[in-house]
Amino acid sequence: MKAFSVVTEPIEPQVYADYVLRPEAGAVTLFTGHVREWTKGVQTLYLAYEAYVPMAEKKLARIGQEIEEKWEGTRVAIAHRIGELQISDIAVVIAVSSPHRKVAYEANEYAIERIKEIVPIWKKEIWNDGEEWIGDQKKKPGGETG
Amino acid sequence: MIDVHYFAGLKELTGHEKERVDCSGQTVEQLKALLVDKYPGIEGRSIQVAVNEEYALPGDVLAAGDVVALIPPVSGG
Repeated sequence: MKAFSVVTEPIEPQVYADYVLRPEAGAVTLFTGHVREWTKGVQTLYLAYEAYVPMAEKKLARIGQEIEEKWEGTRVAIAHRIGELQISDIAVVIAVSSPHRKVAYEANEYAIERIKEIVPIWKKEIWNDGEEWIGDQKKKPGGETG
Repeated sequence: MIDVHYFAGLKELTGHEKERVDCSGQTVEQLKALLVDKYPGIEGRSIQVAVNEEYALPGDVLAAGDVVALIPPVSGG
């Protein structure tokens, strides 16, 4: 497996937890991000993710590198799935191991925040009565500003 | 000539996944202006430009063979 990848098949989180586990690690945090059915009262039928794959994988690797520089002794693996995903499917998995738990939690949260900032991946929400690329519009259903 | 890739909403707006644009020697900013002329719907949108898979600055100069991508606001996770 690749430690930083964009995948089209269903994600098996344990693979990533196993990858980062080492004898020095006292903690592994495993985050899975899932497709949510309801967002602010609007029902999502499914999501379609698209990526600029080579750049996205580079940016995921860069996030891993940032974490390993920021928190010594950590090891990171991240995968993001693209294509059509159904409710509750895993869209992203982040595994971080570290000698102690606090850093494993912090570094894992840092990874998802950075993914949302720099990794060229886009999600389209498909509803009963329409669809929209998220992040690429000024207005969301219900008048929310996105 | 330079390959320009479009993603997500920009792919739908332009009707292309990629196209060849004659913009060698021009800056990223000049390319954006050229594309706004071609696709008025782009105007006012928040778009970053990647050159050879790295985010570029407005003043970066494009060279033949570069791979350019227009990156709308990302929404992974």
